Amino acid sequence: MKMNSVKYKTTDEVDFVIIGSGAAGGVLAKELSTNGFRVVVLEQGPYLTESDFVHDEVKVLQEDLLTNHPDLQPITFRKTPDEKARRQRAVGYGRCVGGTSVHFTANYWRFHEIDFIERSKVGEISGTGMADWPITYADLEPYYAKVEWEVGVSGLEDASPFDPPRSKPYPMPPLPVKSAGVLFERGARKLGLHPFPAPLAILSKVHNGRSACLNCGFCYGFGCEVGAKSSSLASVIPMAERTGRCEIRANSYVHRIELDAAGRAIGATYFDEHKNTHLQKAKAVIVCANGAETPRLLLLSANKQFPNGLANSSGLVGKYLMFNSNARSIGLFEHPTNDYKGFASSRIVHDFYELDPQKVGFYGGGGMDGRFDLTPYFFAMTGLPPETPRWGKNFKEALGYNFSRTVEIHCAGTSLPVEANSFSLDPGVKDAWGLPALRCTYKDHPDDIKLVRWLTERALEIFDAAGALKYWPRPIGEQEFGLHLLGTCRMGNDPKTSVINADHRTHDVKNLFLCDGSSFVTSGRGQPTMTIQALAYRAADRITALAKRGELQRG
Amino acid sequence: MQSRRQFLLDSVVAASATWIGAHWPAALAAAQHAHNAAQQARPSAKSSAAPKFDFFTPKLAAEIESITARIIPSDETPGAREAGVVYFIDRALVTFAKNDQKLYTAGITEVQALVRKMFPGIERFSAASETQQDEVIATLDQSGIYGRRPFVDRPIGQTFFETLRQHTIAGFLIDPASERRGNRDGVGWALIGREREHMFQPPFGHYDKDYPGWQIVAENGGTK
Repeated sequence: MKMNSVKYKTTDEVDFVIIGSGAAGGVLAKELSTNGFRVVVLEQGPYLTESDFVHDEVKVLQEDLLTNHPDLQPITFRKTPDEKARRQRAVGYGRCVGGTSVHFTANYWRFHEIDFIERSKVGEISGTGMADWPITYADLEPYYAKVEWEVGVSGLEDASPFDPPRSKPYPMPPLPVKSAGVLFERGARKLGLHPFPAPLAILSKVHNGRSACLNCGFCYGFGCEVGAKSSSLASVIPMAERTGRCEIRANSYVHRIELDAAGRAIGATYFDEHKNTHLQKAKAVIVCANGAETPRLLLLSANKQFPNGLANSSGLVGKYLMFNSNARSIGLFEHPTNDYKGFASSRIVHDFYELDPQKVGFYGGGGMDGRFDLTPYFFAMTGLPPETPRWGKNFKEALGYNFSRTVEIHCAGTSLPVEANSFSLDPGVKDAWGLPALRCTYKDHPDDIKLVRWLTERALEIFDAAGALKYWPRPIGEQEFGLHLLGTCRMGNDPKTSVINADHRTHDVKNLFLCDGSSFVTSGRGQPTMTIQALAYRAADRITALAKRGELQRG
Repeated sequence: MQSRRQFLLDSVVAASATWIGAHWPAALAAAQHAHNAAQQARPSAKSSAAPKFDFFTPKLAAEIESITARIIPSDETPGAREAGVVYFIDRALVTFAKNDQKLYTAGITEVQALVRKMFPGIERFSAASETQQDEVIATLDQSGIYGRRPFVDRPIGQTFFETLRQHTIAGFLIDPASERRGNRDGVGWALIGREREHMFQPPFGHYDKDYPGWQIVAENGGTK
C-alpha cells in the first residue's frame, strides 16, 4: 500500500541514498530507516500498487508492465568477447517499486554451508574464478531467520535431511500441496530421494497484517493483488515508509554516482520522469540496482580518478556473471492436476545439492521442484509435447486435454564463475536517455550444461516413477537470457580480486556500498533471492555499526 | 462458487481488528478491482454483437478470421471464430502489436497469391474449402517447432503466419476479464479447463484430493 511518506529535498544531505527498491534495496531501506537514519530510495520504475496488478498476459508479459522494456533500455548480447554484440532481450528484471520481487516465483531456499566454501572444498576448477566467500553460512544464519519472519516465508523446518542448521522454525506452515507436488513426491520417494515442502516467500496465513495467498494462479511473472507474495513492495517497503524517515522516490533513473575531490561519494544523479536531472545528496550511497544495473552504474560513473569505472581498481566490475543453470521437463498425467491454480511449486528435492565430481564427471549441484508456472498462452506455446501439430484440430485437442493434466519439473543449479561472462557498456547502442546500453557476454561453462543434462535425466526418472502417461525434456542449450544476475561485483577480502568487502563496502570508495545479486561470489543452487535478502539484512547491521562509529564521514 | 470479492470481504471480517485497520483499504481496493474487471467483461461480450474494427477492413477481417479458424477450428467446441479472436487481433494491431500492421497487410497479399497459385480460380483464402485452406497453411508453416519462455522476444524475421498463430492463441486464451476483446465468453478457458475464477481453495486436482499430509521418510538421511 502506497502511503504519504516523508519527502526530502535533493539538497538535503540525507544519511543514505539507496539506488533500487527491490529485494535488497527494500530491506536496507527498512532496516536503516528503522535504525534512525534518513533514507531516500531512488527507483527507476513506477510506484505501482496492488490495484495495478492484473492477469492480462499481454499487458504484463508482452508490454512489460512490471519489467525492463527493450525499447527504453535496449540490451545487446554476445557469447564471447570476440563477437560483436547484437540487440537482444538478454536480461529480465523488475522495473517498478519492489523490483524483481514483485513478479518472482518466490522460491526461498537458504544457501547451504557448501555454497560459501566451494573453492577450498573442491580446489581449482579449470576455466573458472571460483573463490570462497569472505563470510560463512553461520554468519548469515540469523539473517536468513530474519528474512523468514519479517519478509514472510512459509515452510517446514527439519523436513529435509540436507537442510543446513537453523535457529528458528519458519513463521508459518507450508502452503497446501498441489497435484504436481504429490506426483513429484511420489516419484521421488520411489527413487529413494527426499522430497519436502517447498519454502516459499508467499504467505500461507495472515502474517504481519498481510493477507494469505488466494491461489489465483497468476503468480510467476505477475504482481500479487492481495500482497500475499512477499515482495519488497508488500513487506518491507511499507515498514520503511511507516518510520517517517524513508522516502521512496519512483521514476528516478540514476545514471551517475558523484564523488568529491577527496574521492568520497556525495550523492546520486538521476533523471526524473520528465528527463530532468537532479542530484540527491547523501552521506553515503548504497547501490542495490541488481546484478546488471549495479555494475552498469559503476561503469557509467567513471571519472578522472576512476577512468575504468567507479570502485573498479580490481577490473572486476561487471565480471563473473552467473545466471544459474536451469532446465525444465514436462509430464502428462491421466487425471486433472489443475495445477494452474495457486503458486508454482509445492515440493522440492535437494538430494543433488552436492554431487560428487568423481562420480558424475563434472562440478556442480542443484535442486529440483515439481511445479506448474505456465499461463494459458505460454502453455500453448511451450507446454505441449514436441510432436504436437502447431495448428488445427489436433493442436486444439491437445490444448484441451493437456493443460489441466500437465506437470513440470524445474531443475536449477550452479553456474560456475567465468571471468569473460560479464556486463559492460555497449560501445554503439544507447538507451532512451542517450546512455550506453548494457552489453551482456555469456557462455555457460561446459560443466553447467553437463549438470542440467544430468538433472534432467533424474527429472525424467521421477516422471516415470510417478506414472506419467508421457514425459519429455524441454531443449537444453547455452543460455542467452538471464533472470538471475549474480556475481558481477563480487565480495572478498582482497581488493585485487573483489569489488566489495564483507561489509558490502567498496574497496575503493569508503562511503559507497553495493548489495544485491552482484555481491555473490558463487551462484548457489538456483534460488538466489533469499540470500540476497539475508545479505541485505546483514549489510544493514554492518553499515549501521560503521555509521555509528562515524566511519562513513572519514572518506 | 464463492466469488473472489466475497472471499476478500470474508477474509477481512475473519481477520483480527489490527489487520482490518492496516489493510481494509487495500483489501477493498483489490475487491473493487476484481469487481471492475468482471463488469468490464460483460459489456464487451454484449457489444461483440455489433463489433467495430479499428484496423481491419471487413474484407481483410474475413480473411484473417478464416485463417484463425484453421489454427483453432470450431468443431464440437467453440474455436477461434467463436472466441472473437479476429477482434483481439484487430485491437492488438493498434495497441501492443502496432509494429505488425505492415506484416499483416503484406502477409495477407502473399497468402492470397499462394491461394491463386495453388488453386487457380480462387482469389481469396476465405473462398477456399477447408481442405484447401489447410493445404495453404501447411505450405506457409515452415518455421518448425517454436517454443519460447516468457520475457524473450520473438525473432525479428518471423513469418506472418507465425505472428498470426501466436496472436490467435493469445486471443483465444487471454484472461476474458481483460479489455483485449479476446476469449469471448471465456470459451478458450472452457476448452483448456481453466476455471474463470481468480481465487481457489485446495484440493486443486485429482492427486492432491486424498493426500494424507506430509510425512518424513522413516530412514535417516540420504545419499548425496
